[in-house]
Amino acid sequence: MATKASRSAARIMMAPAVVLLLGWMLVPLLMTLWFSFRNYLPLRGGDLGWAGFDNYVRFVSSSAFWPSIQATLVIVGSVLVITLVFGILLALLLDQPMWGQGIVRILVIAPFFVMPTVSALVWKNMFMDPVNGLFAHLWRFFGADPISWLSDASMPSIVMIVSWQWLPFATLILLTAVQSLDGEQLEAAEMDGATKLKRFYFIILPHLGRAITIVILIQTIFLLAIFAEIFVTTGGAFGTRTLSYLIFQRVLESQNIGLGSAGGVYAIILANIVAIFLMRIVGKNLDN
Amino acid sequence: MGRITLDKITKKFGDVEVIPPLDLTINDGEFVVFVGPSGCGKSTLLRLIAGLEDVSGGEIRIDGSDATMVPPAKRGLAMVFQSYALYPHMTVRKNIAFPLRMAGMDPAEQDRRITAAADVLNLTDYLDRRPGQLSGGQRQRVAIGRAIVREPAAFLFDEPLSNLDAALRVGMRLEISELHKRLKTTMIYVTHDQVEAMTMADKIVVLRAGHIEQVGSPLELYRAPRNLFVAGFIGSPKMNLIDGPAAAPYQCKTIGIRPEHIAVSAESGDWKGTVGVSEHLGSDTFFHVKCDDISEPLTVRVGGEVDVHYGDTIWLRPDAAQIHRFDDAGLRIA
Ligand SMILES: Nc1ncnc2c1ncn2[C@@H]1O[C@H](COP(=O)(O)OP(=O)(O)O)[C@@H](O)[C@H]1O
Ligand SMILES: [Mg+2]
Repeated sequence: MATKASRSAARIMMAPAVVLLLGWMLVPLLMTLWFSFRNYLPLRGGDLGWAGFDNYVRFVSSSAFWPSIQATLVIVGSVLVITLVFGILLALLLDQPMWGQGIVRILVIAPFFVMPTVSALVWKNMFMDPVNGLFAHLWRFFGADPISWLSDASMPSIVMIVSWQWLPFATLILLTAVQSLDGEQLEAAEMDGATKLKRFYFIILPHLGRAITIVILIQTIFLLAIFAEIFVTTGGAFGTRTLSYLIFQRVLESQNIGLGSAGGVYAIILANIVAIFLMRIVGKNLDN
Repeated sequence: MGRITLDKITKKFGDVEVIPPLDLTINDGEFVVFVGPSGCGKSTLLRLIAGLEDVSGGEIRIDGSDATMVPPAKRGLAMVFQSYALYPHMTVRKNIAFPLRMAGMDPAEQDRRITAAADVLNLTDYLDRRPGQLSGGQRQRVAIGRAIVREPAAFLFDEPLSNLDAALRVGMRLEISELHKRLKTTMIYVTHDQVEAMTMADKIVVLRAGHIEQVGSPLELYRAPRNLFVAGFIGSPKMNLIDGPAAAPYQCKTIGIRPEHIAVSAESGDWKGTVGVSEHLGSDTFFHVKCDDISEPLTVRVGGEVDVHYGDTIWLRPDAAQIHRFDDAGLRIA
């Protein structure tokens, strides 16, 4: 039981952390909001004063805006689908008793520990390079013309790289969920006449509902902001410019902080729209 | 129909033989209880019959046809698990409907059967709840309902009452017995509790380490246990088993006498002893008596309340007609 005294003591002790976190969040947010209403061009005279809603209007009316939203959503959506489908399959596979289970599990988790920049570079140079990449060799071995992955199939390439990074996370979460399923339920379903496929659909999948929800929510948060993978591979070219990459270009390449900040505010709005949708669709799985 | 024959069934897990060759016939409509201490292979045997485990050897026949290699779903048997194994994300109605839905049954017929089963099991008011919102006894009934609607050839129960509290267990015991009387379907029931076995069974199968020690009706096992193990296992409180000089006059290694077959007297008897702890149940009194030339304390049952106290000296006289005699190998001497 928390007494009155212990509760106020708890509040006082938590206060520094809360204030720090609040400052950490609020200061950049307020600065972004402030700059988004300023005409701020660091290399062309600095802060040139009040801009009203000019930055917001310019950001949206740029021809790059809607394609960037589309690219963002396509990447997030495809990676979610791929990591969930393969994550579930891998989790079911890894749950089977087999020789060398421990090592296989560690291998499956490994990609998650590789930094995004590094893994994107590895993919770009070792696999997808049209001359020396492994894929190019493979294609040539079968007598086909190598594909220039990052220019001709830019979007699938990025999706592939990012999925490879996030698959371990999805697998790990789903595997713990699969392991927590009561074996007697599956046996009961078997006796009730459910085939393997029906057991998966009626028993295993519903059991995984909560884990799937968690994977979707967490991955979406991180995928909306992917940057390094695009920066080191296509540099935003060939239709892979996401919203966060567009903001980066406005701020650093065009040296227009006001315009970039307005984009940042749009990114916040997009993230919230996505979050509301997700909570509506999958959030109810987290109750009860 | 539900006649099940086990012919030289064996089961090994790796190198460990859990069930040595075992023969058993379960007749149509019988209520058979497998009873034995924990780890003796009761669940394994039940799972072999269900088809959830593959036999290592031997043959299982259901209604005369070989079912050894038939998958569980095709054997026409329904199982009630110890953990109930209800599907937590489905309502009670959907849980009960699940086997029917898997069989592709017409929805109207499904509804009819669910309503009938819910009626029998007093679940009508709970059909739209989830298992998580039910008490232990209700969950048990849902599990039974899910078995009933399939109209199986036989029901298999694996310690279905062990997760319930004592009062509920007595109630459910009666309900299951009544269900059997009404449906007249074969039931195989696994328990480690000999009281459940005695009260419910038509036929008890006593198991030890995968071996069948004895098969018979409750009263047959009570009156004529075939060996020391069955003698000690069946009956509550346990039969007194006496070795040594006290057994000598009966020309055997060990004699057994049930607590209810010993008369108590303050003046005279065959064995003189000192009263230890007494257990007063109101209807009966059990006391533990330390006799002079018997190593183990004897348990004695006396009807009603008796005025005997800790440390009193007492005389015991076993009812000669009720003495069970066992030879050196622990087998009953007729
Ligand atoms: N899947 C299994 N693998 C290995 N040994 C098992 C397995 N299932 C049961 N056993 C062993 O078989 C014996 C009988 O188990 P079980 O049938 O569950 O006993 P009971 O139900 O009578 O308590 C036990 O010694 C147990 O350790
Ligand atoms: Mg068991």
